[in-house]
Amino acid sequence: MSEQTLKRVDLIFGEYSNEKYKVLASTLERTNEDILKDILESGLRGRGGAGFPTAMKWKFTAETPSDERYVVCNADEGEPGTFKDREILLRVPRKVFSGMAICGRVIGAKKGLMYLRGEYKFMVPELMKELDSYHEHAKQLGLDFTIEIRMGSGAYICGEESALFESMEGGRGEPRNKPPYPTTSGFMKKPTVINNVETFVNVLMIMRLGPDQYKKLGTTDSRGSKVFSVSGDTPIPGIYELELGMSLDRFVDEFGDGDTKAVQVGGASGFCVPRKKFKDTVIGFEGVPTGGSMMIFNSSRSMYNVLHNYLEFFEEESCGQCTPCRVGCQQLLKGIVAVKKGEKKAVYLEQLMKLSESMKITAKCGLGQSVANSFSSIVNNFKEEMIY
Amino acid sequence: MAKNINLTIDGINVTVDEGTTILEAARNLNIHIPTLCYHEDLCVAGNCRVCVVEQEKVKNLPASCATPAAEGMVIHTNSMKVRMARKHIVELLLSEHNADCTKCYKNGNCELQGLASQMLTGDHLFLDLVPDKKYTIDMFNTAIIKDDSRCIRCQRCVRTCEELQSVSALGVAYKGNKMKISTFFEHSLFEVVCTNCGQCVNRCPTGALIERNYIDQVWDAIYDPNKHVVVQTAPAVRVALGEALGMATGKIVTGKMVAALRRLGFDSVLDTDFTADLTIIEEGHELLSRLKRALVDKDPTVALPMATSCSPGWIKFIEHTFPEYLPNLSTCKSPQQMFGALAKTYYTQKRKLDPKNVVSVSIMPCTAKKFEANRPEMRSSGYKDVDYVLTTRELGIMIKQAGLDFEELPEEKFDSFMGSSSGAAVIFGSTGGVMEAALRTAYEVVTGREVPFDGLNIVPVRGTEGEVREASIKIEKVLPEWSFLEGVELKCAVANGLAHAKTVMQNVRDGKANYHFIEVMACPGGCLGGGGQPIPTNKEIRNKRKMAIYEEDMGMPVRKSHENPEIAEIYKDFLEKPLGHKSHELLHTHYTPRKRY
Repeated sequence: MSEQTLKRVDLIFGEYSNEKYKVLASTLERTNEDILKDILESGLRGRGGAGFPTAMKWKFTAETPSDERYVVCNADEGEPGTFKDREILLRVPRKVFSGMAICGRVIGAKKGLMYLRGEYKFMVPELMKELDSYHEHAKQLGLDFTIEIRMGSGAYICGEESALFESMEGGRGEPRNKPPYPTTSGFMKKPTVINNVETFVNVLMIMRLGPDQYKKLGTTDSRGSKVFSVSGDTPIPGIYELELGMSLDRFVDEFGDGDTKAVQVGGASGFCVPRKKFKDTVIGFEGVPTGGSMMIFNSSRSMYNVLHNYLEFFEEESCGQCTPCRVGCQQLLKGIVAVKKGEKKAVYLEQLMKLSESMKITAKCGLGQSVANSFSSIVNNFKEEMIY
Repeated sequence: MAKNINLTIDGINVTVDEGTTILEAARNLNIHIPTLCYHEDLCVAGNCRVCVVEQEKVKNLPASCATPAAEGMVIHTNSMKVRMARKHIVELLLSEHNADCTKCYKNGNCELQGLASQMLTGDHLFLDLVPDKKYTIDMFNTAIIKDDSRCIRCQRCVRTCEELQSVSALGVAYKGNKMKISTFFEHSLFEVVCTNCGQCVNRCPTGALIERNYIDQVWDAIYDPNKHVVVQTAPAVRVALGEALGMATGKIVTGKMVAALRRLGFDSVLDTDFTADLTIIEEGHELLSRLKRALVDKDPTVALPMATSCSPGWIKFIEHTFPEYLPNLSTCKSPQQMFGALAKTYYTQKRKLDPKNVVSVSIMPCTAKKFEANRPEMRSSGYKDVDYVLTTRELGIMIKQAGLDFEELPEEKFDSFMGSSSGAAVIFGSTGGVMEAALRTAYEVVTGREVPFDGLNIVPVRGTEGEVREASIKIEKVLPEWSFLEGVELKCAVANGLAHAKTVMQNVRDGKANYHFIEVMACPGGCLGGGGQPIPTNKEIRNKRKMAIYEEDMGMPVRKSHENPEIAEIYKDFLEKPLGHKSHELLHTHYTPRKRY
């Protein structure tokens, strides 16, 4: 039954071409304009979660006058419930490096950097082996683009692009003011393309299939497929590559345990969708976007505990720089505890909702801005669990 | 020409240069957007978020301090959304802040308190987080106290320490709810590279960083009938004290300050400027003797360039950062410490007092002076040479405590002796001042003529904020005993702010500069921008103080240190000669190499 409802795809993890770096080689024969046109045509949007059109990001970076540009691969996969980049890097690192190399050629960068999550240190030897092979092929292809791996140290905030740059530059991982955006001032204050691991693989897929074939997957707003990390109350947790634009009830039919109460789409910084809204919820940029994390909760779970857990996470993982995020997270956490204990009246939740709204519009970066997503969607949909 | 940007703020169309922030554009229109982490002297942080505004067609509220104005922007600084967000932010800050205002040294002069009263915070919206926090108070330092419970983490201090002073004693540690401003391995400020310059204190919006105050100890001494309390006042205090007492910036209040000190009950009101003049004589001779050793005796061990030693922030900085250059520092004590040593020797002899009954107090624009007075080597009189150091701010508080109407006080004169001074001493308060004062004297000693500058104003060495000033003066037609200096180009450098001092020292170390004499003042603009001066501070305020200092110099009947009659007297009656035995015992010191970590 599920075969009819959910389209499983095998692009990302599909086997390598029999010749090493074949797609890269054929792509490099094309002009930059041509490559960009294809990516634009494909409708590819960033796979990190925010969904910025990839072609535009590359174009803006290429157009910024500068003596140096950089390509950065964000492999600081830290969103709770997300583990798909890990799988991609373990299974198809060659595709990631190829995607970065294409980007380097298009924007005129000579240097690529992969910022790897601290906990993924174990995969460095394998990645280095693949990198050696990449560099050899790049040399043969006459491509002046080297890639280097930089390690993160375990801070969630360093997945935020500007904090990531700060971290790579040796500073404290704190987000910068925007504007300027990375396309004009990124790593070392130079124009930089920073994309998610999966985005780079998608670029390679578009180069291999051509935009028309690629576009057949997904919807108008959400082209292509997406790797999902499915976890929680499911009999079949794991990594799945699925077409974008599916409805959540189909997803739950496939992965739920028959007693699914809610799905947290997009990790701790994403949205909680309750059962009654499964039908009307589309997974994609037109509906609820996700960087890949799908956490399924059945009726045995306390949504208060779930929210408490998220808030504890944010309270600790905020960089602490801006007021709304640093103090707001503490207040939200202490606030729901106080309501639960009866130290504050239930109406205090309204106060906290207003606070989360303020955090959403005033926090300096995406972390603080997105705490309100899970907070308001859980509190609104499961208010009784917060109080009793 | 910068590109023009047109935008609308609160319904008013305005054109600004490209690169102007929304905050600056609003200020041009006299629209006041509240700020906390923003400070004119520092780079933009954009982390407190108090200055958020609403931009039409944009979902989030941008921080006006960090967002450049863009063509066609429509901004609202006081919309419903903005008011709610701003109130939330101030409430959040208060919930993490030890808001026990009546126990706070900054009560009444706190930017957070000001915002709270503006927002009518009343009953706090959110839970009080303070009881769960394990805040620490660093009380070990003799100069600066750091109270984390009052910190709002705006990082002004961190930026000050790094950008203006390139010391980086303060930094950010931990993240999330544990994020705090801390030091290397969370040691006390006493044990790290902190120079005690107090620039962070000047910029802290709350009471998290304050000077250690000695007000009560000074009152106790004043009221003790057995104690004879002498007070000395530094040159930069007299052009800034008025600010602490509600007067306009840049007013010279020397006479009123003397009157106030007398009414507070000090037994003798004296002037650090006297020992500033003395410093010039000693330091000038030291420079000439080093030059002679270098040029005539060809002594390879002589340390040149010679650097001034009046600024205790600078002394601690060089001890930590360039310890190999300690021999280059003039061995002269700072005027404060020369005064202290003389107050319990020369002064007591002449006044027939027992030095053990004398309490010596100094009023300084400086927090580092508190540390300096507590150095173990500063006891050459046999007692602690300077017992208590008060900042300009502390004196302001004492004057208020005593209920004096400062503006209405008559102008009075310093007591003598050790109360007379020259214009050369007054300009010690501004960057370039020590250099200029030294040149006025040294040139005349060597050539028998006044320095060849109009009105004795050696403008080329007058420092400017934010740069290193270099100058050279050719010495010609010298007196016979100084013939070795004939035709020598005396090369000088003047730096203010430790970041620039670092540049100068790096240039010296790398052989890129060939100076004879370097003047360094640790604070931006020199002592007039010192860490003990009234808050707030910015370039405009410091400039007004600077103009007042040079005005005071011009109005002095004596403009050169060696013409101060009390200087001639002290050498005749007590010290005998510059760099003599007594001078070495009382007026010169040595330095301690310190580690960076």
